[in-house]
Amino acid sequence: MSVAILHQGEYVIASIQSDLSDREVVALRDDLTRRVGDHRARGLIVDVAAMDVIDSFVARALRSIAETALMRGAETVIVGIQPDVAIAMVQFRLNLEPLRAALDLDDAVRTLDRLVKRGPPDAR
Amino acid sequence: MEADQSEGTKLPITAPAVDPDLLHELVDHLRKSQEALREEWVRRITEAKLLSVMTPDEIFSEVTAVYDNYVTALETGSIETLQEYARDLSERIIPRGVETDEVLGIVLLLRDVLARSLFVNYQRDPDLLHRILDSYEPAANSIAVTVGVSFVDQRERIIREQQEAIRELSTPVLQVRERLLILPIIGVLDAARARQLTEQLLAAIRDNRARVVVIDVTGVATIDLTVANHLVQAVEASRLMGASAILTGLSSGIAQTLVDLGVDLGTMQTVGDLQGGLEEAERMLGTSVPGVDETSWRSFQ
Repeated sequence: MSVAILHQGEYVIASIQSDLSDREVVALRDDLTRRVGDHRARGLIVDVAAMDVIDSFVARALRSIAETALMRGAETVIVGIQPDVAIAMVQFRLNLEPLRAALDLDDAVRTLDRLVKRGPPDAR
Repeated sequence: MEADQSEGTKLPITAPAVDPDLLHELVDHLRKSQEALREEWVRRITEAKLLSVMTPDEIFSEVTAVYDNYVTALETGSIETLQEYARDLSERIIPRGVETDEVLGIVLLLRDVLARSLFVNYQRDPDLLHRILDSYEPAANSIAVTVGVSFVDQRERIIREQQEAIRELSTPVLQVRERLLILPIIGVLDAARARQLTEQLLAAIRDNRARVVVIDVTGVATIDLTVANHLVQAVEASRLMGASAILTGLSSGIAQTLVDLGVDLGTMQTVGDLQGGLEEAERMLGTSVPGVDETSWRSFQ
Protein backbone atom coordinates (compact mmCIF):
# COMPACT_ATOMS: atom_id res chain seq x y z
CA MET A 1 0.00 0.00 0.00
CA SER A 2 1.49 3.32 -1.07
CA VAL A 3 0.85 5.41 2.00
CA ALA A 4 3.71 7.03 3.87
CA ILE A 5 2.91 7.39 7.57
CA LEU A 6 5.06 9.75 9.61
CA HIS A 7 5.00 10.84 13.20
CA GLN A 8 5.71 14.41 14.06
CA GLY A 9 5.42 15.26 17.73
CA GLU A 10 1.84 14.69 18.74
CA TYR A 11 0.64 14.37 15.18
CA VAL A 12 0.39 11.47 12.78
CA ILE A 13 0.78 12.38 9.14
CA ALA A 14 -0.48 9.96 6.48
CA SER A 15 0.58 10.85 2.97
CA ILE A 16 -1.31 8.92 0.32
CA GLN A 17 0.93 8.47 -2.72
CA SER A 18 -1.53 7.14 -5.29
CA ASP A 19 -5.16 6.27 -5.81
CA LEU A 20 -6.19 3.53 -3.42
CA SER A 21 -8.42 0.53 -3.93
CA ASP A 22 -11.39 0.12 -1.59
CA ARG A 23 -9.56 -2.63 0.28
CA GLU A 24 -6.54 -0.39 0.79
CA VAL A 25 -8.76 2.42 2.03
CA VAL A 26 -10.20 0.13 4.69
CA ALA A 27 -6.71 -1.11 5.65
CA LEU A 28 -5.52 2.51 5.92
CA ARG A 29 -8.45 3.38 8.17
CA ASP A 30 -7.71 0.49 10.53
CA ASP A 31 -3.99 1.23 10.53
CA LEU A 32 -4.46 4.95 11.27
CA THR A 33 -6.92 4.50 14.13
CA ARG A 34 -4.57 1.94 15.66
CA ARG A 35 -1.60 4.29 15.37
CA VAL A 36 -3.52 7.21 16.87
CA GLY A 37 -4.04 5.09 19.97
CA ASP A 38 -0.56 3.60 20.03
CA HIS A 39 1.23 6.91 19.76
CA ARG A 40 -1.24 8.88 21.83
CA ALA A 41 -1.52 11.33 18.97
CA ARG A 42 -3.52 14.55 19.36
CA GLY A 43 -3.85 15.19 15.66
CA LEU A 44 -4.10 13.30 12.40
CA ILE A 45 -3.27 14.77 9.01
CA VAL A 46 -4.30 12.91 5.86
CA ASP A 47 -2.62 14.18 2.72
CA VAL A 48 -4.65 13.33 -0.40
CA ALA A 49 -2.75 15.54 -2.87
CA ALA A 50 -1.81 12.56 -5.03
CA MET A 51 -5.36 11.28 -5.35
CA ASP A 52 -7.03 12.03 -8.67
CA VAL A 53 -10.37 10.67 -7.55
CA ILE A 54 -12.19 10.87 -4.26
CA ASP A 55 -15.40 8.88 -4.64
CA SER A 56 -18.19 8.35 -2.16
CA PHE A 57 -16.43 5.33 -0.69
CA VAL A 58 -13.20 7.19 -0.06
CA ALA A 59 -15.12 10.19 1.29
CA ARG A 60 -16.99 7.96 3.72
CA ALA A 61 -13.78 6.24 4.77
CA LEU A 62 -12.14 9.62 5.41
CA ARG A 63 -15.11 10.65 7.51
CA SER A 64 -15.01 7.46 9.50
CA ILE A 65 -11.25 7.81 10.00
CA ALA A 66 -11.92 11.24 11.46
CA GLU A 67 -14.74 10.02 13.67
CA THR A 68 -12.83 7.06 15.07
CA ALA A 69 -9.72 9.18 15.56
CA LEU A 70 -11.77 11.74 17.45
CA MET A 71 -13.08 9.02 19.74
CA ARG A 72 -9.49 8.17 20.51
CA GLY A 73 -8.65 11.80 21.16
CA ALA A 74 -7.25 13.09 17.88
CA GLU A 75 -8.57 15.75 15.53
CA THR A 76 -8.26 15.07 11.78
CA VAL A 77 -7.42 17.48 8.98
CA ILE A 78 -7.49 16.62 5.27
CA VAL A 79 -4.82 18.26 3.15
CA GLY A 80 -4.28 18.84 -0.51
CA ILE A 81 -7.58 18.19 -2.23
CA GLN A 82 -6.92 19.18 -5.86
CA PRO A 83 -9.15 21.75 -7.58
CA ASP A 84 -10.57 19.20 -10.04
CA VAL A 85 -11.25 16.76 -7.24
CA ALA A 86 -12.95 19.47 -5.19
CA ILE A 87 -15.23 20.39 -8.10
CA ALA A 88 -16.11 16.75 -8.72
CA MET A 89 -16.83 16.14 -5.05
CA VAL A 90 -19.11 19.15 -4.85
CA GLN A 91 -20.93 18.10 -7.98
CA PHE A 92 -21.50 14.63 -6.62
CA ARG A 93 -22.58 16.18 -3.34
CA LEU A 94 -19.88 14.38 -1.38
CA ASN A 95 -19.00 16.25 1.71
CA LEU A 96 -16.44 15.58 4.32
CA GLU A 97 -18.32 17.15 7.24
CA PRO A 98 -17.26 17.30 10.00
CA LEU A 99 -13.77 17.03 8.61
CA ARG A 100 -11.64 20.11 8.26
CA ALA A 101 -9.69 20.73 5.10
CA ALA A 102 -6.42 22.59 4.85
CA LEU A 103 -4.50 23.78 1.85
CA ASP A 104 -1.13 22.39 2.76
CA LEU A 105 0.80 20.74 5.58
CA ASP A 106 1.71 24.09 7.15
CA ASP A 107 -1.91 25.06 7.37
CA ALA A 108 -2.92 21.67 8.65
CA VAL A 109 -0.42 21.82 11.47
CA ARG A 110 -1.61 25.33 12.40
CA THR A 111 -5.23 24.22 12.35
CA LEU A 112 -4.42 21.27 14.59
CA ASP A 113 -2.38 23.45 16.96
CA ARG A 114 -5.40 25.68 17.33
CA LEU A 115 -7.86 22.82 17.82
CA VAL A 116 -5.68 20.95 20.27
CA LYS A 117 -4.90 24.05 22.32
CA ARG A 118 -8.56 24.98 22.48
CA GLY A 119 -9.61 21.54 23.58
CA PRO A 120 -10.14 20.47 27.20
CA PRO A 121 -6.99 20.38 29.35
CA ASP A 122 -4.77 17.40 28.65
CA ALA A 123 -5.06 14.60 31.20
CA ARG A 124 -1.38 13.75 30.84
CA MET B 1 -27.46 27.96 -78.48
CA GLU B 2 -30.53 30.22 -78.56
CA ALA B 3 -32.43 27.96 -76.18
CA ASP B 4 -29.41 27.88 -73.93
CA GLN B 5 -29.38 31.63 -73.66
CA SER B 6 -33.01 31.97 -72.62
CA GLU B 7 -32.36 29.39 -69.93
CA GLY B 8 -29.26 31.26 -68.92
CA THR B 9 -30.98 34.60 -68.51
CA LYS B 10 -33.69 33.08 -66.35
CA LEU B 11 -31.27 31.36 -64.05
CA PRO B 12 -28.11 33.43 -64.07
CA ILE B 13 -26.38 31.37 -61.43
CA THR B 14 -26.53 28.04 -63.22
CA ALA B 15 -23.98 28.83 -65.82
CA PRO B 16 -23.75 27.27 -69.23
CA ALA B 17 -20.31 25.91 -69.90
CA VAL B 18 -17.93 28.85 -69.97
CA ASP B 19 -16.23 29.32 -73.27
CA PRO B 20 -12.52 30.01 -72.58
CA ASP B 21 -12.18 32.19 -75.68
CA LEU B 22 -15.07 34.35 -74.60
CA LEU B 23 -13.71 34.66 -71.11
CA HIS B 24 -10.39 35.65 -72.56
CA GLU B 25 -12.08 38.25 -74.73
CA LEU B 26 -13.96 39.53 -71.69
CA VAL B 27 -10.87 39.77 -69.49
CA ASP B 28 -9.00 41.53 -72.29
CA HIS B 29 -11.73 44.09 -72.52
CA LEU B 30 -11.77 44.67 -68.76
CA ARG B 31 -7.99 45.06 -68.69
CA LYS B 32 -7.94 47.47 -71.61
CA SER B 33 -10.51 49.79 -70.15
CA GLN B 34 -9.52 49.37 -66.54
CA GLU B 35 -8.69 53.03 -65.92
CA ALA B 36 -12.07 54.28 -67.01
CA LEU B 37 -13.97 51.48 -65.29
CA ARG B 38 -12.16 51.97 -61.99
CA GLU B 39 -12.87 55.68 -62.06
CA GLU B 40 -16.50 55.02 -62.87
CA TRP B 41 -16.64 52.56 -59.96
CA VAL B 42 -15.09 55.03 -57.51
CA ARG B 43 -17.53 57.69 -58.73
CA ARG B 44 -20.48 55.39 -58.14
CA ILE B 45 -19.18 54.40 -54.68
CA THR B 46 -18.84 58.04 -53.67
CA GLU B 47 -22.24 58.83 -55.15
CA ALA B 48 -23.87 56.07 -53.15
CA LYS B 49 -22.05 57.37 -50.03
CA LEU B 50 -20.52 53.97 -49.37
CA LEU B 51 -17.26 53.60 -47.44
CA SER B 52 -17.77 57.07 -46.00
CA VAL B 53 -15.25 56.33 -43.25
CA MET B 54 -12.41 56.03 -45.76
CA THR B 55 -10.54 58.82 -47.54
CA PRO B 56 -10.79 59.04 -51.35
CA ASP B 57 -7.13 58.00 -51.65
CA GLU B 58 -7.74 54.91 -49.57
CA ILE B 59 -10.82 54.06 -51.57
CA PHE B 60 -8.86 54.42 -54.78
CA SER B 61 -6.03 52.15 -53.67
CA GLU B 62 -8.43 49.49 -52.37
CA VAL B 63 -10.49 49.78 -55.53
CA THR B 64 -7.42 49.22 -57.68
CA ALA B 65 -6.51 46.11 -55.74
CA VAL B 66 -10.06 44.76 -55.72
CA TYR B 67 -10.43 45.42 -59.42
CA ASP B 68 -7.21 43.55 -60.26
CA ASN B 69 -8.18 40.65 -58.05
CA TYR B 70 -11.64 40.64 -59.52
CA VAL B 71 -10.38 40.42 -63.09
CA THR B 72 -7.84 37.75 -62.13
CA ALA B 73 -10.58 35.76 -60.47
CA LEU B 74 -12.69 36.07 -63.63
CA GLU B 75 -9.78 34.98 -65.76
CA THR B 76 -8.57 32.01 -63.79
CA GLY B 77 -11.87 30.99 -62.25
CA SER B 78 -9.96 30.56 -59.01
CA ILE B 79 -11.30 32.65 -56.19
CA GLU B 80 -8.63 31.79 -53.64
CA THR B 81 -6.49 34.91 -54.05
CA LEU B 82 -9.58 37.07 -53.99
CA GLN B 83 -10.86 35.27 -50.94
CA GLU B 84 -7.60 35.93 -49.14
CA TYR B 85 -7.61 39.56 -50.18
CA ALA B 86 -11.23 39.95 -49.07
CA ARG B 87 -10.40 38.50 -45.68
CA ASP B 88 -7.42 40.78 -45.34
CA LEU B 89 -9.46 43.78 -46.43
CA SER B 90 -12.24 42.89 -43.98
CA GLU B 91 -9.72 42.71 -41.18
CA ARG B 92 -8.57 46.23 -41.99
CA ILE B 93 -11.95 47.87 -42.49
CA ILE B 94 -14.11 46.17 -39.84
CA PRO B 95 -12.47 48.01 -36.92
CA ARG B 96 -13.20 51.26 -38.77
CA GLY B 97 -16.92 50.58 -38.74
CA VAL B 98 -17.56 49.51 -42.32
CA GLU B 99 -20.89 47.70 -42.48
CA THR B 100 -21.86 44.54 -44.33
CA ASP B 101 -24.22 46.39 -46.65
CA GLU B 102 -21.41 48.71 -47.72
CA VAL B 103 -19.16 45.82 -48.67
CA LEU B 104 -21.92 44.03 -50.55
CA GLY B 105 -22.87 47.38 -52.08
CA ILE B 106 -19.45 48.07 -53.56
CA VAL B 107 -19.07 44.56 -54.94
CA LEU B 108 -22.48 44.70 -56.57
CA LEU B 109 -21.63 48.15 -57.91
CA LEU B 110 -18.51 46.79 -59.56
CA ARG B 111 -20.53 43.97 -61.01
CA ASP B 112 -22.97 46.52 -62.37
CA VAL B 113 -20.27 48.84 -63.73
CA LEU B 114 -18.59 46.00 -65.57
CA ALA B 115 -21.86 44.64 -66.94
CA ARG B 116 -22.77 48.07 -68.29
CA SER B 117 -19.42 48.42 -69.93
CA LEU B 118 -19.95 45.03 -71.56
CA PHE B 119 -23.34 46.19 -72.84
CA VAL B 120 -21.83 49.31 -74.32
CA ASN B 121 -18.91 47.50 -75.86
CA TYR B 122 -20.83 44.66 -77.45
CA GLN B 123 -24.17 46.28 -78.19
CA ARG B 124 -23.60 45.97 -81.94
CA ASP B 125 -23.47 42.22 -81.70
CA PRO B 126 -26.34 41.07 -79.42
CA ASP B 127 -25.48 37.43 -79.93
CA LEU B 128 -21.90 37.87 -78.77
CA LEU B 129 -23.11 40.08 -75.91
CA HIS B 130 -25.41 37.32 -74.72
CA ARG B 131 -22.67 34.77 -74.77
CA ILE B 132 -20.24 37.08 -73.02
CA LEU B 133 -22.81 37.76 -70.34
CA ASP B 134 -23.33 34.03 -69.96
CA SER B 135 -19.68 33.72 -69.12
CA TYR B 136 -19.60 36.83 -67.01
CA GLU B 137 -22.70 36.43 -64.85
CA PRO B 138 -21.88 33.20 -62.98
CA ALA B 139 -18.28 34.21 -62.37
CA ALA B 140 -19.34 37.65 -61.14
CA ASN B 141 -21.97 36.13 -58.89
CA SER B 142 -19.57 33.72 -57.31
CA ILE B 143 -17.11 36.57 -56.76
CA ALA B 144 -19.77 38.68 -55.07
CA VAL B 145 -20.72 35.75 -52.85
CA THR B 146 -17.06 35.11 -52.01
CA VAL B 147 -16.39 38.67 -50.95
CA GLY B 148 -19.62 38.90 -48.95
CA VAL B 149 -19.04 35.61 -47.18
CA SER B 150 -15.41 36.45 -46.42
CA PHE B 151 -16.51 39.70 -44.85
CA VAL B 152 -19.20 38.07 -42.73
CA ASP B 153 -16.85 35.22 -41.76
CA GLN B 154 -14.24 37.70 -40.65
CA ARG B 155 -16.82 39.57 -38.65
CA GLU B 156 -17.99 36.44 -36.92
CA ARG B 157 -14.44 35.45 -36.16
CA ILE B 158 -13.87 38.84 -34.51
CA ILE B 159 -17.08 38.45 -32.52
CA ARG B 160 -16.01 35.00 -31.35
CA GLU B 161 -12.59 36.30 -30.33
CA GLN B 162 -14.16 39.16 -28.42
CA GLN B 163 -16.56 36.83 -26.65
CA GLU B 164 -13.60 34.75 -25.60
CA ALA B 165 -11.75 37.83 -24.41
CA ILE B 166 -14.75 38.95 -22.39
CA ARG B 167 -15.01 35.53 -20.82
CA GLU B 168 -11.33 35.63 -19.91
CA LEU B 169 -11.40 39.15 -18.59
CA SER B 170 -14.62 39.04 -16.70
CA THR B 171 -13.57 36.76 -13.87
CA PRO B 172 -10.36 38.07 -12.36
CA VAL B 173 -9.23 36.63 -9.06
CA LEU B 174 -7.31 39.27 -7.13
CA GLN B 175 -4.99 38.91 -4.22
CA VAL B 176 -5.60 41.68 -1.69
CA ARG B 177 -2.97 40.62 0.76
CA GLU B 178 -1.17 37.50 1.82
CA ARG B 179 -3.64 34.60 1.73
CA LEU B 180 -6.69 36.75 1.02
CA LEU B 181 -8.33 36.76 -2.41
CA ILE B 182 -11.25 38.67 -3.80
CA LEU B 183 -13.37 37.48 -6.69
CA PRO B 184 -15.52 40.31 -8.02
CA ILE B 185 -18.25 38.91 -10.25
CA ILE B 186 -19.69 41.33 -12.79
CA GLY B 187 -22.44 40.80 -15.32
CA VAL B 188 -24.45 37.76 -16.17
CA LEU B 189 -23.47 34.39 -14.77
CA ASP B 190 -24.37 31.44 -16.93
CA ALA B 191 -23.55 27.82 -16.29
CA ALA B 192 -20.38 27.86 -18.41
CA ARG B 193 -19.07 31.03 -16.81
CA ALA B 194 -19.91 29.82 -13.33
CA ARG B 195 -17.98 26.62 -13.94
CA GLN B 196 -15.00 28.51 -15.32
CA LEU B 197 -15.20 30.86 -12.37
CA THR B 198 -15.10 27.98 -9.90
CA GLU B 199 -12.09 26.49 -11.69
CA GLN B 200 -10.23 29.80 -11.70
CA LEU B 201 -11.04 30.39 -8.07
CA LEU B 202 -9.76 26.98 -7.00
CA ALA B 203 -6.60 27.33 -9.06
CA ALA B 204 -6.01 30.75 -7.49
CA ILE B 205 -6.56 29.32 -4.01
CA ARG B 206 -3.93 26.70 -4.69
CA ASP B 207 -1.45 29.09 -6.31
CA ASN B 208 -1.76 31.85 -3.70
CA ARG B 209 -2.25 29.52 -0.75
CA ALA B 210 -5.35 31.50 0.12
CA ARG B 211 -7.12 31.00 3.41
CA VAL B 212 -9.99 33.38 2.85
CA VAL B 213 -11.83 34.28 -0.35
CA VAL B 214 -14.29 37.14 -0.62
CA ILE B 215 -16.77 36.62 -3.46
CA ASP B 216 -18.41 39.91 -4.33
CA VAL B 217 -21.62 39.82 -6.35
CA THR B 218 -22.43 43.54 -6.30
CA GLY B 219 -22.09 43.57 -10.08
CA VAL B 220 -24.52 40.72 -10.65
CA ALA B 221 -27.90 42.09 -11.63
CA THR B 222 -30.02 38.97 -11.32
CA ILE B 223 -29.51 35.59 -9.83
CA ASP B 224 -31.46 32.40 -10.39
CA LEU B 225 -31.52 28.94 -8.90
CA THR B 226 -28.79 27.57 -11.17
CA VAL B 227 -26.44 30.47 -10.49
CA ALA B 228 -27.12 30.31 -6.76
CA ASN B 229 -26.29 26.61 -6.76
CA HIS B 230 -23.10 27.32 -8.66
CA LEU B 231 -22.11 29.83 -6.01
CA VAL B 232 -22.83 27.34 -3.26
CA GLN B 233 -20.72 24.76 -5.10
CA ALA B 234 -17.84 27.21 -5.52
CA VAL B 235 -17.93 27.93 -1.80
CA GLU B 236 -18.04 24.26 -0.85
CA ALA B 237 -15.22 23.39 -3.23
CA SER B 238 -13.14 26.20 -1.71
CA ARG B 239 -13.79 24.78 1.71
CA LEU B 240 -12.62 21.35 0.56
CA MET B 241 -9.38 22.99 -0.45
CA GLY B 242 -8.99 24.55 2.94
CA ALA B 243 -10.16 28.10 2.27
CA SER B 244 -13.15 29.88 3.79
CA ALA B 245 -15.40 31.89 1.51
CA ILE B 246 -17.35 35.04 2.32
CA LEU B 247 -20.13 36.16 0.02
CA THR B 248 -20.67 39.90 -0.17
CA GLY B 249 -22.79 42.41 -2.04
CA LEU B 250 -26.08 40.54 -2.20
CA SER B 251 -28.63 43.23 -3.05
CA SER B 252 -31.97 43.21 -1.26
CA GLY B 253 -33.68 42.05 -4.45
CA ILE B 254 -31.30 39.14 -4.88
CA ALA B 255 -31.51 38.24 -1.22
CA GLN B 256 -35.29 38.07 -1.51
CA THR B 257 -35.10 35.99 -4.66
CA LEU B 258 -32.80 33.54 -2.93
CA VAL B 259 -35.13 33.24 0.03
CA ASP B 260 -38.13 32.78 -2.28
CA LEU B 261 -36.26 30.11 -4.23
CA GLY B 262 -35.41 28.35 -1.01
CA VAL B 263 -31.68 28.34 -1.70
CA ASP B 264 -29.85 27.25 1.40
CA LEU B 265 -27.07 29.72 2.01
CA GLY B 266 -26.82 28.59 5.61
CA THR B 267 -23.43 27.04 5.01
CA MET B 268 -22.16 30.28 3.55
CA GLN B 269 -20.93 33.29 5.36
CA THR B 270 -22.54 36.44 3.95
CA VAL B 271 -21.66 40.04 4.67
CA GLY B 272 -23.47 43.12 3.39
CA ASP B 273 -20.79 44.79 1.32
CA LEU B 274 -17.26 44.28 0.12
CA GLN B 275 -15.83 46.48 2.85
CA GLY B 276 -17.55 44.43 5.54
CA GLY B 277 -16.41 41.25 3.80
CA LEU B 278 -12.79 42.39 3.79
CA GLU B 279 -12.98 43.37 7.44
CA GLU B 280 -14.41 39.98 8.30
CA ALA B 281 -11.70 38.30 6.25
CA GLU B 282 -9.00 40.28 8.03
CA ARG B 283 -10.48 39.19 11.31
CA MET B 284 -10.42 35.55 10.25
CA LEU B 285 -6.85 35.80 9.02
CA GLY B 286 -5.80 37.70 12.10
CA THR B 287 -7.02 35.07 14.48
CA SER B 288 -6.14 32.00 12.47
CA VAL B 289 -2.69 32.87 11.17
CA PRO B 290 -0.22 33.41 14.00
CA GLY B 291 2.37 34.89 11.64
CA VAL B 292 0.25 37.81 10.50
CA ASP B 293 1.24 41.33 11.56
CA GLU B 294 -1.39 42.22 14.14
CA THR B 295 -1.23 45.98 13.66
CA SER B 296 -1.82 45.76 9.93
CA TRP B 297 -5.27 44.30 10.30
CA ARG B 298 -6.16 46.19 13.48
CA SER B 299 -5.71 49.46 11.67
CA PHE B 300 -8.34 48.28 9.22
CA GLN B 301 -11.01 47.86 11.83
